[in-house]
Amino acid sequence: MNPITRLHSRTAVLADENIDTDRIIPARFLTTTTREGLGQLCFHDWRYQADGSDNPAFPLNRPEARGCSILVAGRNFGCGSSREHAPWALLDYGIQAVLCSEIADIFRGNALKNGLLAIVIDELEHRWLLKHPGIELAIDVREQYIALPDGGRIPFRLEPFARHCLLNGVDQLGYLLQQGEAIHRYEQQEQAA
Amino acid sequence: MTSRTLFEKVWDAHVVLAETADTPAVIYVDLHLVHEVTSPQAFSELRERGLPLRRPDRMLATLDHSTPTLPTNADGSRPYANAEAQAQVAQLEANCREFGVELHGWDSADRGIVHVIGPELGATQPGMTIVCGDSHTSTHGAFGALAFGIGTTEVGHVMATQCLLQRRPKTMAIHVDGQLPPGVGAKDLILHIIGTIGVDGGTGYVLEYRGAAIEALSMDERMTVCNMSIEAGARAGLIAPDETTFAWLKDRPRVPQGAAWDAAVTRWRALRSDDGARYDREVRIDAGAVKPTVTYGTHPGMAIAMDAPVPAATNAQERRALDYMQSTPGQPMQGTPVDVVFVGSCTNSRLSDLREAARVLHGRRIAQGVRMLVVPGSEAVRRDAEREGLHHVFTAAGAEWRVPGCSMCIAMNGDLAQPGQLVVSTSNRNFEGRQGKGARTVLASPATAAASAIAGRIADPREYLVEVAA
Ligand code: SF4
Repeated sequence: MNPITRLHSRTAVLADENIDTDRIIPARFLTTTTREGLGQLCFHDWRYQADGSDNPAFPLNRPEARGCSILVAGRNFGCGSSREHAPWALLDYGIQAVLCSEIADIFRGNALKNGLLAIVIDELEHRWLLKHPGIELAIDVREQYIALPDGGRIPFRLEPFARHCLLNGVDQLGYLLQQGEAIHRYEQQEQAA
Repeated sequence: MTSRTLFEKVWDAHVVLAETADTPAVIYVDLHLVHEVTSPQAFSELRERGLPLRRPDRMLATLDHSTPTLPTNADGSRPYANAEAQAQVAQLEANCREFGVELHGWDSADRGIVHVIGPELGATQPGMTIVCGDSHTSTHGAFGALAFGIGTTEVGHVMATQCLLQRRPKTMAIHVDGQLPPGVGAKDLILHIIGTIGVDGGTGYVLEYRGAAIEALSMDERMTVCNMSIEAGARAGLIAPDETTFAWLKDRPRVPQGAAWDAAVTRWRALRSDDGARYDREVRIDAGAVKPTVTYGTHPGMAIAMDAPVPAATNAQERRALDYMQSTPGQPMQGTPVDVVFVGSCTNSRLSDLREAARVLHGRRIAQGVRMLVVPGSEAVRRDAEREGLHHVFTAAGAEWRVPGCSMCIAMNGDLAQPGQLVVSTSNRNFEGRQGKGARTVLASPATAAASAIAGRIADPREYLVEVAA
């Protein structure tokens, strides 16, 4: 994983609450055995019309949403299935951060492990961002704030270990593998008990 | 020693390295369940990094999600929905062979939905930590195991180290007082609970279900309740093990036998929340007030008694959900015309669920134009059901009796509903498109599903059960 310290982008907004991972990537596409190429399937049934053309009612299909890598989503984004295909699809689609007043647990963990900034912000600021799509934001992972165009700042707090891994490009499996001695000790105690 | 909750007891016993301000705890995993959909990328990662499995003996794999539920073709081939599904299954078979993981595949007499076979085999035991790349791993909490779903990266972590990095979640007690009324079951109860605390009410928490109404539930029913914890946003749900649990587990293939069994039961008896243990949040539910409950929207929190009026939308998203479902505010769900009925999934595909549906269907026929699928959760359930003749009840009623698998719960194996069709389903998710693009899902109990199949409309099973009793 590459280190991530800052991210600049305009925002795109999906205001619906409870956007579940089935909506992010429908289950029928889960027969894949790789992580790649899921971007074209991201939000598939919402994004395309029956004939395969873009659905103009899907907010991310609007011209002004193109190229935005920060998504402001309605409360409880990523609920439902634990499929990691959801963050894989979002990243491949070009979304690098999701801002929300509440993010489903498993999705948040999956996202951060893949370098997708799943960031929980206060309700008041969340509401404001939902109402103002297309504004330019800068996310500072080290200092944990989001800079607004007028100089204002929205603070946030990432789980410290996840933040450390993002900033340093640390792979969590590598960290776990280093704990081999403690794991071995635990297994021996367990066997003795 | 200070009073501890059941969750804390199980958690504390599995801490390899304690949590600090900078690092999450390292938690040991006792049982890792694996299926074909969320494991291929993890196996690939291990292969690329040249890592072995740390404890293949603590893994158990099965085929369930993308497997066909129709019998084999005349030439012995399987009717897979597509080449990718077939390739995915072949890949798990190859991965298990290469890495030495026990797989309950096509040739196994125990194959089935991962959350059905874990308990059946006695692999699921009180006090364990259990994970699977599947959010309904919470099912196993019915045995007093701390069980939760993980993503594929974490599947790789557990494969390589048998451990997970976790921050300690908060705890919520859900006290269910009183007694469920006759004809009202565990599925109605859990839909009612989710409707009460909300689809995100459990986010960040481990739920512990307790109280007289929970103690009165059978193991199958407890699994139905814990299964849907994730639908309230909670990663895990727990129920303290008791005599019901021990009697159910005794003599299952993977549980300890003889003196070791007695010792295990003694240990397991201590797995209950101490008097005075503190929860971060407590909720009280009156079981006596629960009625046959169904969903009317596009997430499981949009649940109400089937005879209650559908609430008006309070925002754009609820309006969208009602539009999608074609639910009318002010009208009850009861009476809504039905196209498809699905009895199955890890929520409601065990023997008692099939019996419940069969009790309603017995001697009756499903309505003209309704398609009904009954999919047992495992080969063992299928055998038991056939021994009792339940399959005859289903087929005589006009329903299809299928081979075990996830089937229409996730609709990735070819079993699905058409756009616009209304499905009364015993599964756990009514998200848009979950049972096929454009399909409308109403979650319900097996009894309600069966009654609705007969009536051709969403129907109260108590009307049918009363007739039988009379
Ligand atoms: S039955 Fe449904 S919820 Fe259960 S494991 Fe299968 S797909 Fe997941």
